[in-house]
Amino acid sequence: MPEPLIYELSSPGRQGVTLPAPDVPPAALPAELMRGELPLPEVAEIDVVRHFVRLSQLNHAVDTGFYPLGSCTMKYNPKVNEDVARLPGFAFTHPLQDPETVQGNLALMYMLQEWLKEIGGFAGVSLQPAAGAHGELTGLLIIRAYHQSRGDTRRTKILIPNSAHGTNPATTSMSGLQVVELPSDDRGNVDLAALRQACDDTVAGLMLTNPNTLGLFEEHVREVVELVHGCGGLIYGDGANMNALLGIVRPGDLGIDALHYNLHKTFSTPHGGGGPGSGPVGVRPQLVEFLPGPVVEIVEEEDDEQAPLYGLVMPARSIGRVKAFHGHFGMHVRAFAYMRMQGKAGMRAISDHAVLNANYIRVKLRDVYHVPYDRICMHEFVAEGRWEDAPGVRALDVAKRLMDFGFHPPTNYFPLIVHEALMIEPTETETKATLDAFIAVMRRIAEEARTDPELLQTAPHNTPFGRLDEIRAAKELVLCCRPVEMTPAA
Amino acid sequence: MAYIPHTDAERKEMLAAVGLQNLDELYQAVPADVRFPDLDLPEAVSELEIAQEMQEMAEANVDTQHFACFLGAGAYNHFIPSAVDHMLRRGEFYTAYTPYQPEISQGTLQAIFEYQSLICNLTGMQVSNASHYDGATALAEAAILALNHHRGRRTRLVLSPAIHPQYRQVVRTYMQGMGVEIVGDEHLPGSADDLPAKIDANTAMIAVQYPDFFGRIRDWTALGQAAHAAGALLCVVVNPLSLGLLRPPSEFDADIVVGDGQPLGIPMSFGGPTLGHFTVKQEFVRKMAGRLVGETVDSRGQRGYVLTLTPREQHIRREKATSNICTNVALMALASAVYLSLMGKQGLRQVAELCYHKAHYAAEQLAAVPGYSLWTKGSFFHEFVLKCPRPVAEINQALLDLDILGGYDLGQDYPELRDHMLLAVTEMNSRDQIDALVEAMQEVSHA
Amino acid sequence: MEFPGDLKYTQSDEWIRAEGKQAKLGVTDYAQDQLSDIVFVEILVAPGDTLEKGKAIATVESVKAAAEVYSPVSGKVTRINEDLPGTPEWINAEPFGKAWMIEFELGDPAELNGLMDARAYQKHCEERSH
Repeated sequence: MPEPLIYELSSPGRQGVTLPAPDVPPAALPAELMRGELPLPEVAEIDVVRHFVRLSQLNHAVDTGFYPLGSCTMKYNPKVNEDVARLPGFAFTHPLQDPETVQGNLALMYMLQEWLKEIGGFAGVSLQPAAGAHGELTGLLIIRAYHQSRGDTRRTKILIPNSAHGTNPATTSMSGLQVVELPSDDRGNVDLAALRQACDDTVAGLMLTNPNTLGLFEEHVREVVELVHGCGGLIYGDGANMNALLGIVRPGDLGIDALHYNLHKTFSTPHGGGGPGSGPVGVRPQLVEFLPGPVVEIVEEEDDEQAPLYGLVMPARSIGRVKAFHGHFGMHVRAFAYMRMQGKAGMRAISDHAVLNANYIRVKLRDVYHVPYDRICMHEFVAEGRWEDAPGVRALDVAKRLMDFGFHPPTNYFPLIVHEALMIEPTETETKATLDAFIAVMRRIAEEARTDPELLQTAPHNTPFGRLDEIRAAKELVLCCRPVEMTPAA
Repeated sequence: MAYIPHTDAERKEMLAAVGLQNLDELYQAVPADVRFPDLDLPEAVSELEIAQEMQEMAEANVDTQHFACFLGAGAYNHFIPSAVDHMLRRGEFYTAYTPYQPEISQGTLQAIFEYQSLICNLTGMQVSNASHYDGATALAEAAILALNHHRGRRTRLVLSPAIHPQYRQVVRTYMQGMGVEIVGDEHLPGSADDLPAKIDANTAMIAVQYPDFFGRIRDWTALGQAAHAAGALLCVVVNPLSLGLLRPPSEFDADIVVGDGQPLGIPMSFGGPTLGHFTVKQEFVRKMAGRLVGETVDSRGQRGYVLTLTPREQHIRREKATSNICTNVALMALASAVYLSLMGKQGLRQVAELCYHKAHYAAEQLAAVPGYSLWTKGSFFHEFVLKCPRPVAEINQALLDLDILGGYDLGQDYPELRDHMLLAVTEMNSRDQIDALVEAMQEVSHA
Repeated sequence: MEFPGDLKYTQSDEWIRAEGKQAKLGVTDYAQDQLSDIVFVEILVAPGDTLEKGKAIATVESVKAAAEVYSPVSGKVTRINEDLPGTPEWINAEPFGKAWMIEFELGDPAELNGLMDARAYQKHCEERSH
């Protein structure tokens, strides 16, 4: 049963919260600036709580079931993270307090910067970007500023392999640079011949997703980096897939000049139904002075009696702020707790098990789902959700049918270079038992595609809602509701 | 290993299924000379240890539960009803991803639809998106919308100098590759009346803040008329909590209304995550970046919600998209939806009034202290500017010893406002706290 | 799928129906099929506007894609289809009929020679379907 809207639960005169009586004499209110009607709902706390609890129960989430959504790294979100982020000393600090009064926060941010530098092989990190796409924008603005600072103003092209995330081209345009798309070869790598052709003195950089969106480690990464560096360009790394590389290889060691991390993917901070994320950017030495700021630095070294004094410092030739204050600090706290609990050995173990889980599913499905680039994958792989002998069935139908068994579907229709793609990323936090259950259901669905295609085409059947009419939503555009008493009678 | 559930036996079995002897063999494609770096990271600690360690780090800070806070300037110490965090802690909400599969994401989708509705009704605007990162990035996205609305034919943005300095910095960061001229905020004028004169035929948008960075409130109707007469858009940056009391900016005929929703049930958390709200007139709905939830029906005839107008977004339009934004801050939007529901029609007005009356009481008391005077003239909401007899940093240092977090030192951003302090007073400040502040300010008025 | 013989076609799936110096422009059956259900059309030019070769004249959106419609030739806009934005589904139903987008005066009729005829365009579509 659909849940009513909060406005539909409203009764005039009801209130969900009590507030203290004024303890100061009232001041005169400026009549010409006072609003008339305040159209908010009037509901009791019990209405609000039941309403949002019931809404929550309509969601699939990592806490309720397997979520193999490729490129999104839906790993388990440790509960202790949520507790530490809410410690009053963190949650109730003001961003403009004197740095001397927030040394705990700054120490945490400093250590997080240091660890992200070490893991990525970078010389500097800024924690300011609010999400992955925001980190990408930051990275490209840094690359642009670097070339500009050298008077190298002709460099306006960004090379983007066609297997890249859709954000890469959008980010490029937003940075005032031009997109040049590169094809992939038949093993899913960047096409080196095409790259060689494109490399000249107008190239500002190349955006590389490695492992790429097929889940494959770029086999020519060395050649790609050499070609781009050779023509004076820089390499931007999309760190969305870092879950495969922790303790395996440092992007900086491969020659990646700038890269964003997704704390909400790799370092277990929750996705929150679509944010808040956090997208710190790491850079190699020549780009450190362009980082967005402020960043945290030690402004007075420690001695026998005193801990070091941390301060907020603007890098010398910073591209500027990319958001107000210091980034999504609440996410920094969660990522810090997680990284500290993993430690050095844990980092490698995360990637080992993420990669092992993906390969295990791959080998258990490849006889029934076509895997177009079938080699050892990293943390995810792409299969096709289509069969010659089941012409009416599409990847979308497989995805919808999976919901009937309590699984979230893989990413579908991405990457664009695979037809009817199903992109599967299990993450390291899933047990073999869960993977086996998923494999069994995927095999059953492949069978159903031939024997009972309609069952897939009309799926899901066991979910609280059936397929939703997206055409109606886009045509009628009902984007908000007004209070019930303001709605004209039908 | 923490959160990795594999047993030795399972690991062996899985490796065998893949046809490998050991885990190292998974990485043949990685160049051997840089494979398996020896990371200089600390050894792992247990959950018990991390909880203790982080407790100690947190306690190394001064926080607003232990100190009286009169610091605002874009982040505010407000009461958050307990039920807000109880809802955020539902794993079904916070461990879900973006609602790409609407059949099993109606919780998030309806919550965002309700958020959009609440923000539209609060600002008076017709369309709200599902949120941006924060108020500053929302303003930058408003500028992008205005530039696109004029299809690149107008390249000038006018920013009021009384917009939050960090917001203006973020707009400049975003615009650095776009060939845009940003004017209007070079210095602080005596009044805001010279803003209309800065709008010319090349101006895509003029932006003002309401209440402004100094807390002042004024009617922007005439500015809206001047902007529209010149074909420019009017963007108003608001503190949404103040709209419990104040006229909504739709009444100024604003085209875009943005702001930071942190005051609506979100802890300051050292500045983030907060909530960038973004609303527009209906005519700009397709030019607005960011996610949008719309109402529809499902195959069983039930009312339901989906992400809509997705072709505007980066993953479809790629380089033609006007913004690269993908994630919003859905969980923070949920927090403000729960907060606004709990406060409701009467509660939000009460909170806003408490802020207003307490701030005016504090301003009056402080202005009466010898050596101090009120810089703020005319109406203000819950922040005001006090001219001080000593450098603000020195006063704040003395206040700290009395367990008080003093106001913001405006000299950092406005050279003409050296020795001026911006103070914020909210419902969290009792009369006793205000009286203690007044007394302390009197004591520290001379060195 | 239809490929009317009296039209000229572009690589980017527009059609032009020219009668003397007057012409109409729209998007093809193939284009509407690729886009699926069209939910929005915005015509970006107005009568009296100069048409520039290669410039976008309209935006079309379905639930899964967005596309710009370009003019492959130069000219001057004389009329736009004012009913189309209210009924975008016409593009799916009658791409070559009711769903015309603009009417214009050709700047240089010789520019039409650079466009494909129905047979060449059909081949172009078939090649992309594989």
